[in-house]
Amino acid sequence: MKAVLVLFPGTNRETDMADALRRAGADVVTAWHRDRELPAADLVVLPGGFSHGDYLRCGAMAARAPVMAAIVESAGRGVPVLGVCNGFQILIEAGLLPGALLRNAGLRFVCRTVRLRLERRCRLSGHLEAGDIIRVPVAHGDGNYFADRNLAARLEDEDRVVFRYVPNGRGTGNPNGSTGDIAGILNRAGNVLGMMPHPEDATGPRQQSRDALPFFQGIVDSLS
Amino acid sequence: MKARVHVTLKDGVLDPQGKAIHRALETLGFAGVRDARQGKVIDLELDGADESDARQQVDRMCRQLLANTVIEDYTIEFV
Repeated sequence: MKAVLVLFPGTNRETDMADALRRAGADVVTAWHRDRELPAADLVVLPGGFSHGDYLRCGAMAARAPVMAAIVESAGRGVPVLGVCNGFQILIEAGLLPGALLRNAGLRFVCRTVRLRLERRCRLSGHLEAGDIIRVPVAHGDGNYFADRNLAARLEDEDRVVFRYVPNGRGTGNPNGSTGDIAGILNRAGNVLGMMPHPEDATGPRQQSRDALPFFQGIVDSLS
Repeated sequence: MKARVHVTLKDGVLDPQGKAIHRALETLGFAGVRDARQGKVIDLELDGADESDARQQVDRMCRQLLANTVIEDYTIEFV
């Protein structure tokens, strides 16, 4: 199984993402934002970072890069696409996922471990089961997922909320004020997943948890 | 020709930066500020002299890049 990581100027989590995917047994190749074609791959991943310095809006410039047409085309063919953190912001700016990501409600950049509950199984939930709670880090300043009332209702009706923040001892556990404690959502077709937390940083040694290893192993297994 | 684009958050979209500005104004003793919202200004220098063509072009720029119409409104003025 081969995964392609799409890199933009300012992407900085690609090494962690490649490590996590390789730990799960994937072959990893990369594509650059100026590429007009993607190498043949079973999974497209947009890792985190600060593409184009987060200028204008997070992900806004990257979403208009030449490579995006190929990503949109792959997604349309049903190729699974995973966007993490800035990758999630880019997928939203590109229109592959609905809603918007706003400045964190507390205005601060948050960098800490959160607890996430898998709300439903999907093509990109790996070996996790609905109801499983995993500890995964977040590191973002603009992760406040915004959906107006209509969109929020639609996401719930269509069962497209994949990950939700759950309490971590005190408070709601929601680090950024997102609508409905949403941490990750799926497109309608079920093959594009965007999430703010960093599962790749909960898979190996010297990381605070390995809770997300089954997530990557399951994704890799299902595509191998 | 110069165009100025104002991008503002739609009503109902939380603006934590505007809230922080509002609180700071109150801290400074400015009473009677009911709300503060923060936006962006983008100035464009354009070729051509026809304002209606330019307006159409800048409108396309706004919809494709300068504003995220899910959460933002924009206005265009020529200066």
